[in-house]
Amino acid sequence: MTLTLTHYLVLSAIMFTIGLAGVIRRKNLLMLFFATEIMLNAANVAFASISAYINDLSGQLFALFIIAIAASEVAVGLGLLILIYKKYGTLDLDNLSIMKG
Amino acid sequence: MENLVYIALFAPLVSSLFAALFAQTPKKILVGIVTSILIGISLVASVTLALHLMENPTPIHVELMDWIVVGDMNITFGFTVDQVTAAMMSVVTTVSTVVHIYSNYYMEHDRSYNRFFSYLSAFVFSMMVLVMSDNFLGLFIGWEGVGVCSWLLIGFWYHKEDVTRDINPSISPSWAANEAFIVNRIADLGMLVGIFLIYWNLGTLKYTEVFAHLDVLSHGMLVGIGIALFIGAMGKSAQFPLHTWLTDAMEGPTPVSALIHAATMVTAGVYLVIRAHPLYQEIPEVSYFIAALGTFVAIFAASMALVNRDLKRIIAYSTLSQLGYMFAAAGLGAYWIALFHLAAHAFFKALLFLGAGNVMHAMHDELDIFKMGGLKKYMGWTFLFMGLASLALSGIYPLAGFFSKDAILEVAFNEHTYGIWFVLWLTAGMTAFYSFRQVFIVFLGSERFDVKEVHPHEAKPYALWAMSVLAVLAVIAGWFKEDFMEFATKFLPAYEMSEHTHHMVWILTIVTTAVAVSGILIAYFKYSKGLKRSQKVENSFVYKLLYNQYYIPEFYEKAITKPYDELSTIAWKEIDMQVVDVTVDAIAKTIHTGGDVTRKAQDGNLSSYLKWMTAGLLMITVIAVITVVTN
Amino acid sequence: MEAIAFYIFGALIIGLFMVTILSRDILYSMSSLAAGMVLISGLFFILGEDFLGAVQLVVYSGAVMALYAFGMMFFDATRRVKEKNGSGLLVFLLSGASAVILVIIFAAPAIGNKITPLVQGSKGLDNPHAIGEVLFTKYLIPFEVAAVMLLVAMIAGIILASKKMDESLSEVYIDTDPETEKKEQK
Repeated sequence: MTLTLTHYLVLSAIMFTIGLAGVIRRKNLLMLFFATEIMLNAANVAFASISAYINDLSGQLFALFIIAIAASEVAVGLGLLILIYKKYGTLDLDNLSIMKG
Repeated sequence: MENLVYIALFAPLVSSLFAALFAQTPKKILVGIVTSILIGISLVASVTLALHLMENPTPIHVELMDWIVVGDMNITFGFTVDQVTAAMMSVVTTVSTVVHIYSNYYMEHDRSYNRFFSYLSAFVFSMMVLVMSDNFLGLFIGWEGVGVCSWLLIGFWYHKEDVTRDINPSISPSWAANEAFIVNRIADLGMLVGIFLIYWNLGTLKYTEVFAHLDVLSHGMLVGIGIALFIGAMGKSAQFPLHTWLTDAMEGPTPVSALIHAATMVTAGVYLVIRAHPLYQEIPEVSYFIAALGTFVAIFAASMALVNRDLKRIIAYSTLSQLGYMFAAAGLGAYWIALFHLAAHAFFKALLFLGAGNVMHAMHDELDIFKMGGLKKYMGWTFLFMGLASLALSGIYPLAGFFSKDAILEVAFNEHTYGIWFVLWLTAGMTAFYSFRQVFIVFLGSERFDVKEVHPHEAKPYALWAMSVLAVLAVIAGWFKEDFMEFATKFLPAYEMSEHTHHMVWILTIVTTAVAVSGILIAYFKYSKGLKRSQKVENSFVYKLLYNQYYIPEFYEKAITKPYDELSTIAWKEIDMQVVDVTVDAIAKTIHTGGDVTRKAQDGNLSSYLKWMTAGLLMITVIAVITVVTN
Repeated sequence: MEAIAFYIFGALIIGLFMVTILSRDILYSMSSLAAGMVLISGLFFILGEDFLGAVQLVVYSGAVMALYAFGMMFFDATRRVKEKNGSGLLVFLLSGASAVILVIIFAAPAIGNKITPLVQGSKGLDNPHAIGEVLFTKYLIPFEVAAVMLLVAMIAGIILASKKMDESLSEVYIDTDPETEKKEQK
């Protein structure tokens, strides 16, 4: 059957919710980041598919910029994770609740 | 002249404030001296004003400032000095000055010396406001002011504990103070109703305007206002049934009793009736009721004084009785005679109280006259003063009481109210009896106490000099009756005796004097040789009834105080604590518990925060979809 | 043809990402993430977006996954991660409901029909050329800003993760004096 925009968007939606489930579920900070990546990629797919189907280049450019941003986010995020690990010795979320109350 | 008005009015206030500066410090003699001087200044100003008013009869009027200006209501702080006011001012300041000087002696060993003078001068100020005000609201302010000062002064020794009624019928000074204030409060409600009615119907509260427009009111309304205002007077002047506080007010220091409960505050009720005489002249049935009630009180109080043992209480009953006389005169329309008796009574009653103060000081605050006796040789001057005052009180020629009391009896006769005349005549005899009973039991006979332990001594000379002023006035005041009549009737209506009475005057005088003298003689024969107590008499029903004030205080306590107390407790425990408090607490608890519950959402765990975020996101998207779909 | 590729890629992507979020082992998780990235780039190629697909491969599955791999090494992540999961039901419900909602939103026929294109590339150019043309004219400023941001991220990454910087990394100074060691130990 012919692919329409809807198919891609549904796929993007499913990917997004998978990422969301991962974000909620994961207790290890690093694996949380993985799930975040999934969500970002889902958004990218959505942008790209819409851009292809209506012949609008801005979608692709947006996806491009998202990729750039995601990359820098990973760099800084991992740096912060390193600092947390040095300080607390663990990356388990449940042990890192100093902002409790 | 206006300056004199302000001086007379505000000198006591300055005095009170000056003494208040030292309220927390130990006794300073300067306080007593300065306050006495300031009240003396007020006295000089008052007397000057009175003399001025003799020459120029027009009342002096000053407006201090606007007070309440709201819509149509325009009430000012205004003061007017007319003949009635001038007479009251002179009496009040005279007695106040004497009492202030006397208090220097009486309170010299008291710890709260400075506070006493502050309160006393504040009282004088309030009384001045009361008599000098030119509208009903200023009167009411002064009324409340004297009530408050009376409360402060009766409860001066507030640290004394409550005791049961058989030990002390007044339970304690603070209890007595509360009783005085609360009873007055009940009466003040009546007075306020009267003032409201006046304002509502006439739109003004100034005396001159109110009394000029009385004819627009219906008779029923006039009766209502008259009764309402008289209820207020009943509280202040302790008429039955609001009389119980006066005898309990003896818990305060003796100078307080002399000033407030003999000469000034209790006469405020009489002043009110005299001031509102245009009103009372229109409603003769209410006036007659006032006279009848006054007469009843006169004999009622005299009966209780016959058997009492407490030095000050006897004098308090006699005050109550004489107030009844004043109301009888005012009720029968002889306003200037009521005023005259007010003035004369102030002098000799205050003298009696101050004499009693001397006795108490000498006997180390002993109040039971059965424990005294034979004090004549230790306190000659006090014996003289108290004897003189008692003679004046009994109405013996040529002392002041004779002229004023006889005038009232003549009025009663003239009005053909022979019942009132008879009762007042009988009361005159009883008055003479119990006054001299007291004097003879205390001063004659042999000592019923241990002389070596008690060491009674006379008062200090300056106190005696102060009392002598009152003694002189008690003697000579009656001789100025004609001048007083001329003075007072420039403002008040004159009272004409009918021809019939003119013929009867001599007979009436002799009859009255006879009953008074016989009272004195009975007392002399019974008590001059010393006290002989009889168990049979003391246990008889009549004696017990009179001694316990006809059990009225107990009755009030059972019938009124206790139920009201129960009601208050219910209102507190059931309504306030169960309903109001619970509601407020419930609101607070809800918020608190809500906070506790929602705090769990802030557990610092990133995972749970993300869960919350997702839930919120979900909710928003669902709402958005529904909104879009339904539109 | 495209449809088959789409379905295969789609299924694989979903499967791999499920592994990513459900696996206990961090290595499996990361590997499946990398594979998913590659397949996503395949999707881009299907859509005819060559440049984007290439960038996805290079940046995501190349650089980003390499970063994650280094991170994994650093954190001693060979141990199995013990995770306490409070209620899997809640997660399932939340994500399931979100999935449903989002799918409904995206699958609604209203979407996709009424959007008017803003930027259309010049006719006749193939995708990289077209993107290049638009990137350096209309989107120049975002491009430059993104460049600055990348620079800042790089510096931040270095600072956050490095050791003391007051020592020169090029000159290695070996201190053989035993005194300095004792002072340092105090």
